[in-house]
Amino acid sequence: MSGPAGLPRLLLGIGRRALTLEENAALHGELHGRDRPERLAAEVGRSGLGGCGGAGFPTEAKLRSVARAGGRPVVVVNGCESEPASRKDRLLLERLPHLVLDGALTAARIVGSRTIIVAVEEQASRAADAVALAVAERPELARRGFVARVVGVAGGYLSGQDTALVAALGGAPARPSLTPPYPSERGVGRRPTFVSNVETHAHLALIARHGSGWFRELGSAEGPGSRLVTVAGAVAQPGVVEGENGSPLAPLLAATGGAGEPLRALLVGGYGGTWVQPEYPGPAIGRGVGIVQALPMSACPVAEVARVTAWLAGESAGQCGPCVHGLGSIADALAELTAAGDVSGAYRRVQRWCEMITGRGACAHPDGAARFVSSALCVFAEEFDDHARHGRCEACLRRPVLPLPSKELLAA
Amino acid sequence: MTRTRLLLDPTACTAHGLCAELLPERIVLDDWGYPIIDGGPLPGELEAAARRAAKSCPTLALRLARERR
Repeated sequence: MSGPAGLPRLLLGIGRRALTLEENAALHGELHGRDRPERLAAEVGRSGLGGCGGAGFPTEAKLRSVARAGGRPVVVVNGCESEPASRKDRLLLERLPHLVLDGALTAARIVGSRTIIVAVEEQASRAADAVALAVAERPELARRGFVARVVGVAGGYLSGQDTALVAALGGAPARPSLTPPYPSERGVGRRPTFVSNVETHAHLALIARHGSGWFRELGSAEGPGSRLVTVAGAVAQPGVVEGENGSPLAPLLAATGGAGEPLRALLVGGYGGTWVQPEYPGPAIGRGVGIVQALPMSACPVAEVARVTAWLAGESAGQCGPCVHGLGSIADALAELTAAGDVSGAYRRVQRWCEMITGRGACAHPDGAARFVSSALCVFAEEFDDHARHGRCEACLRRPVLPLPSKELLAA
Repeated sequence: MTRTRLLLDPTACTAHGLCAELLPERIVLDDWGYPIIDGGPLPGELEAAARRAAKSCPTLALRLARERR
């Protein structure tokens, strides 16, 4: 098996509207779907594909765990792209819905499922419509006994966390639960459930066609293939870029027209990610959530970080003490530091609390928020010091650069 | 051979703090009164105290997990 060389892979042939079933087949070839499940699973294993939603869990292991659990498994395409800056999953669902469905059908074949749920945030109506149309283009699915449907899930930062999504799909509040049991053992309707990010499914669609050898032609041995990254902030053309897994930041920024103004820092991996210097040479793609946000020199990093941290604290599901109290305390201390200077040792407390809460929630929300804050304390040490001495700076009053969901969307 | 570890369900814990009093060797409280737990294998001499700590948890958030090696 082989396929087209180089990049783009997932974004091949992407246009301004959704590709039809025929166009999808003309681009990538038909998905004949007759491979034996075991053979497909082994191929996914050899490809080294890991989940593209942030955690990077090996896809083969998750598929096999669902297949092993027996019963009537469910396949969930997780399109709850709740990182405020991320656009990659919505782009795939809106423009390339058939590629995503092909991936879901591949997963369904491996685990022995006939139920496919594409979960999108309620406000992502264009994505939901595109997928519903794509399903309607495939009447043979129903004849073959498949149920494929789109489900809108109330938005929120944790809506895409897999156990929270499973809860929401079962009609319960979208709150993470302690694992085990994992969704692969007990998921939607207590059935074994394969939950994976939209992009993971799209990669599965191509691995099923072109094989693991082709998949590994790009990327590194540990992080093979390509990855989608949303590049946002102070770049000339913000948008979704497909890059080689493990690639450094510089070519990504170049692909989006380069920095629009002098950059102060880059945030890699969204609001649960890590701040780095603009000239950071290490691998940027394949690290956590696929987002790179460019913070310009003109912004106040202390005010930006304090504002996002307050939002992250508010997005806690409210279940685990270290998350509720820890993030709340960190956010309050950062607000104090930003506005009034470090009158009570706030900086040291924030440092200590970030360590204190890590690893102590049912989900990774406190860990991500702590990573976001503690890496900011390092990268912006100078600005934090300045704020500690003098309080608010001139740049604090500028319009914030880091996006948060607008109030209207939250209310909708 | 089996090993025993402490397992906490953070969604159930409401910071009563009894566990830290009963098993200070393995449990300390954070700044908000929630337990920070050393989840490593428990030595035999701590097992009885650990069991008492788990039994005393008013919300049943703490338990002992036995695993075969």
